[in-house]
Amino acid sequence: MRDFPEWIRIPVADWVDTGMYWILANLGGVFDWIGSIGLQVLLVVERALVFVPWWVAIIAIGLLARRAIGSTRAAAAIAVMLFLVGAFGYWAEAMNTLSVVIVSVAFSVALGIPLGILMAWSNPVRNIVTPVLDAMQTMPSFVYLIPALMLFGLGRVPATFATIVYAIPPVIRLTNVGIREVSPAVIEASKAFGADRWNLLFDVQLPLARPSILVGINQTTMMALAMVVIGSMIGNRGLGMEVLLAINRVNIGQGFEAGISIVFLAIIIDRITNAFAKAKTVEVAMGEGDDEEEHEEASGAAARHG
Amino acid sequence: MSDSNTDKVESGPESEDACSPQVMVQAEGVWKVFGRNPERILTPRYRDVPKKDLQRRTGCVIALRDVSFAVKSGELFVIMGLSGSGKSTMIRTLLRLVEPTAGALRVADKDVVAMDHEELIQFRRDKVSMVFQNYGLLPHYTVLENAAYGLKLRGNHKEEREARAIEALKTVGLAGWENYYPASLSGGMQQRVGLARALAKDPAILLMDEPFSGLDPLIRRQMQDELVDLQAELGKTIVFVTHDLHEALKLGDRIAIMRDGRVVQVADPEEILNNPHDEYVKAFTRDASPARVFTAATVMEDPEILLYRRQGPLTARTMMEHQRCEWSFVVDRKKRYLGVATRDVIERLAKEKKHILNEEDLLYVQPVPPDTVIEDLFGQVSSGSYHVPVTDEHGRLLGVVRPRAILNALSTEDADA
Repeated sequence: MRDFPEWIRIPVADWVDTGMYWILANLGGVFDWIGSIGLQVLLVVERALVFVPWWVAIIAIGLLARRAIGSTRAAAAIAVMLFLVGAFGYWAEAMNTLSVVIVSVAFSVALGIPLGILMAWSNPVRNIVTPVLDAMQTMPSFVYLIPALMLFGLGRVPATFATIVYAIPPVIRLTNVGIREVSPAVIEASKAFGADRWNLLFDVQLPLARPSILVGINQTTMMALAMVVIGSMIGNRGLGMEVLLAINRVNIGQGFEAGISIVFLAIIIDRITNAFAKAKTVEVAMGEGDDEEEHEEASGAAARHG
Repeated sequence: MSDSNTDKVESGPESEDACSPQVMVQAEGVWKVFGRNPERILTPRYRDVPKKDLQRRTGCVIALRDVSFAVKSGELFVIMGLSGSGKSTMIRTLLRLVEPTAGALRVADKDVVAMDHEELIQFRRDKVSMVFQNYGLLPHYTVLENAAYGLKLRGNHKEEREARAIEALKTVGLAGWENYYPASLSGGMQQRVGLARALAKDPAILLMDEPFSGLDPLIRRQMQDELVDLQAELGKTIVFVTHDLHEALKLGDRIAIMRDGRVVQVADPEEILNNPHDEYVKAFTRDASPARVFTAATVMEDPEILLYRRQGPLTARTMMEHQRCEWSFVVDRKKRYLGVATRDVIERLAKEKKHILNEEDLLYVQPVPPDTVIEDLFGQVSSGSYHVPVTDEHGRLLGVVRPRAILNALSTEDADA
């Protein structure tokens, strides 16, 4: 009596399998086609990354970091990290990993922001999408590898697909939240002046939601990087593959080098995207932090004028 | 007394129907009900049920109940009422930020209720402007871009809209502030930007929803004065919503008093004061006995001289000689009120070579909050040899009340009545 009765079985696994086989049998061609295009995109991005001489890349990333973060020391630290990745012998692998991250994030943003906007506009859409996102984020990430493998075979394309599925929720969520949190007073005033839906979106909602959206992109990027490593289990090369090899060979040294290289990439990407997110926020709030004196002077001037 | 004049007062808006070319805003039998199936509230069964009972029985809230009024071209029409009276809802129905449940609305010769979505957006772009209590500025736009936003939505070219926005900013006294962001401006200045944004469109009708209610008393009064000047110059048709009787009396050509979603009286200010339509209006205006209506905030002025604590006695003496003052209020760096320094005290401190004006050296004249009615100030003003300091809840000095200002306020009001 204590055991769950054997005869009650809901064969969801069978249904999923059946559905999956149906898709493969009937839409296999479509996925082959998507896969080959995806592969071309990935290869173009990777070739572009590898084409850049390593020292140019380090200097360029350093300058970008300096611009974004505004601190020479932080920028130098980032340049050194990138140099170390090369010095460990993982430059090509890092560029491979980076290309998958870049393509995944680009797709996630291109899909995620419009979806976030739809969620913000419509409560029914939000009520459907939110539980789906919850499920996507709770599902163990390895699970995504199976359909990816079946649809696209082995290699970097299924890894990219799995990465997009895993990494897209934050950008959707934070776009929705950012737009919903725009002050109703500002929305009402804009409407009163004749703003239609698109004016509201591009003049008011997206600019004011920008800090939130940029945080979403930052989180999506970090999750993509985490997933790319797992994607090596279905044949994606890059840093993840090195970690996997090190595990198989119980090679501590190699595992450490590859692992620390991933950490370095993560730090570099996080610091730079984060700094861009913050920079935009500061721009909007400009003047709020100005000292009291100037503020009083300002109102004084207006008072005198009247 | 009031009954004899009721007819005359109420016939006001109706008699103006005839000369419709002159009427810019006309509301007729406008209802607004919030809740499920609002239409059923208009049926005879519910029509006259009091607000509270209705909410209990149907879950619906009536914001507007059969509201009618007409605003003539060039008129500054004030809608006054306490919070919950429906005044803010009413002004929003004029451009359908709130959809009326029933009734007819004509604004600038357009049937607002009949408009479809496109027409409504075009109408908002072309015909009306609105100023909001909480400004509603775009924080990521500069002052100039904010002032030009209405024109941008209308589709004007950048040069044209910026030229007109600069002109509008000049009108409201913000020339030179074009490239600042709203966050770096004080509340009063932000509302000037809101006003400039409204004026830049050169609208047929200007709607103002408690535009000055969020401002400090001194700034509020100043903005009211400027609006009066501006109106004399531009002659706009303005619908102005307020909860402040004094503001209504000061600004309005005519005033509609609203209560529980109904308009209970429409008349010019004199008429409202002389012949309040019912007990409700009377309750408003009874307090209009000037000594009970005017507060310290309405009569206070800037002090002619103000010393800061950190200023030494020598500076203080020079300033006092320059202004020919025998005494001055002293504040600290944050403008918190500390007390009164007289010439004698300053001379003594100078002799003792002190560097700052310490609180123990000062006389403490009791300050009053800005909402003190002036009746309660009589004693202090007549007995003391100093003016009465007015401070806010943080103890900051807002202004001073001089006996002359009180007398002025009382005498003007008597002349009006």
